[in-house]
Amino acid sequence: MSKATVWDRASAVTRAGLGARLTSPFTVRALSVMIGVAAWEVYGRAIRSVIFTYPTAIARAFAQLVRAGELWFYLRSSLVVLSLGLLLAIVVGIPLGILVGRRRLVEYVVDPYINALYATPLVAVIPVIVLWLGFQTTAKVVLVFLFCVFPILINTYQGVKSIDPRLVEVTRAFCSSERDLWRDLMLPSSMPFILAGIRLAIGRGLVGMVVAEFYTTITGLGYMIVQYANTFRMDRLFVPIVLLMAMGIILTSILRSFERRLAPWLYIARDE
Amino acid sequence: MKIVVDGVSKRFSSGGTSALQDCRLEVRPEELLCVLGPSGCGKTTLLRIIDGLLRADGGRVLIDGREVMAPRPDIALVFQHFGLFPWKTVAENVAYGLRVQGRRRDEIHEIVPRYIELMGLRGFESNYPYQLSGGMQQRVGLARALAVNPTVLLMDEPFGSLDAQTRELMQEELLRMWRAQPKTLVFVTHSIDEAIVLGDRIALMASRPGTIREVVDVSIPRPRDPEAVRGSARYSELRHHIWSQLRHDVGGRV
Repeated sequence: MSKATVWDRASAVTRAGLGARLTSPFTVRALSVMIGVAAWEVYGRAIRSVIFTYPTAIARAFAQLVRAGELWFYLRSSLVVLSLGLLLAIVVGIPLGILVGRRRLVEYVVDPYINALYATPLVAVIPVIVLWLGFQTTAKVVLVFLFCVFPILINTYQGVKSIDPRLVEVTRAFCSSERDLWRDLMLPSSMPFILAGIRLAIGRGLVGMVVAEFYTTITGLGYMIVQYANTFRMDRLFVPIVLLMAMGIILTSILRSFERRLAPWLYIARDE
Repeated sequence: MKIVVDGVSKRFSSGGTSALQDCRLEVRPEELLCVLGPSGCGKTTLLRIIDGLLRADGGRVLIDGREVMAPRPDIALVFQHFGLFPWKTVAENVAYGLRVQGRRRDEIHEIVPRYIELMGLRGFESNYPYQLSGGMQQRVGLARALAVNPTVLLMDEPFGSLDAQTRELMQEELLRMWRAQPKTLVFVTHSIDEAIVLGDRIALMASRPGTIREVVDVSIPRPRDPEAVRGSARYSELRHHIWSQLRHDVGGRV
């Protein structure tokens, strides 16, 4: 083997190593975001439009709104609505989902309603809810609940339906009571489905929360958006939008990490 | 306890259970009876009917004179698929039967380690089933069944999915355990070798429709050393006889 080919090979290896590092998923993503934000900044500064803004202006507005306490005031009321609605959806959705999955009769009684309501664009019922329940927190919580409950209920039901029938037989062979059956089999086996349902519910819940705030009392991040859009404060308008994006990302990634930790056997089986 | 299978029949169902026709069988108290037959002959269905998990279409099963209507806490089942809960640790899986029977907590804490010890699972208490080999998983399945101290133990091809070496080890362990705590044991298998090594008697099943063709006395003295049994003249004689009985059944379908 000549000297030249050895050298060529060595350099090819280095180049491949460098290339691999440059194209690692994390690097590509980070670069993409950096370039995107930078382009936004440059373009936003260049056009000087009243209906456009750019990242540093948003950051400044963010700092102002935090200092004034305004952001926290609106965020808090949004968080109360979101967490109450989501909690209610979890408390109602999971047991109802198990019940529907376990009992044929309940399934047939309830599933037309579930399918109909899940298919309805819930935005359409907002005026109805407002008429019935007013403009206050109750109405908003109910709206968020309606947005959240279906993915949780339907996923729980799917989880129960996908339970290994051989394990159901094991519980029967050991003369398990129905209550023990829920605890030993139904809940843990459907937990990955339930968590995925909650993850979907959070996304829908955020939508429900903002839309509810558009239509109801003058508070919450949704109200902030309407208010600043009406007054052309583009930098301030983007603060709640970015915040909502961040909430969506953070909440769903927390759920994702739960999913992995709660059902390690699923991932082991898949990795092998 | 004495088990009487009295003319049990079961029609084919879409659920994958095999048909049985007029099965008659008696299992003596504290006997180890092997049910041997080709796959699809209904031996698993028969075992589930004995346990009360399935209802027979005709005939009945009596355990100590009482007809079996539903699973009973004093009858334990060991599954071919192990049937462990993947989200429970080894100790929790072993404790399962005791827990659903509503035993007291301190009682469970006292019993579980005994069976973990007996089945050689010490040190694995807090492992999850997916972290164990097939043989170890079935030890957990056995420990769980034994922990409720059943008077009847039903085993459905428990070693069927294990590799050959693990399988022979588990057979030795089962014999050791059974000698220490005699129980009426019905052991379903499709392995002639396994049936001879373990059984006091062997019920041969024929398929289509599933029925008991013959009950063979093994007559090999206990305690048995599986290796010695396999080398004995009685072993080859039995093996030859059983094979000639089953051959017709298997050959017809291959």
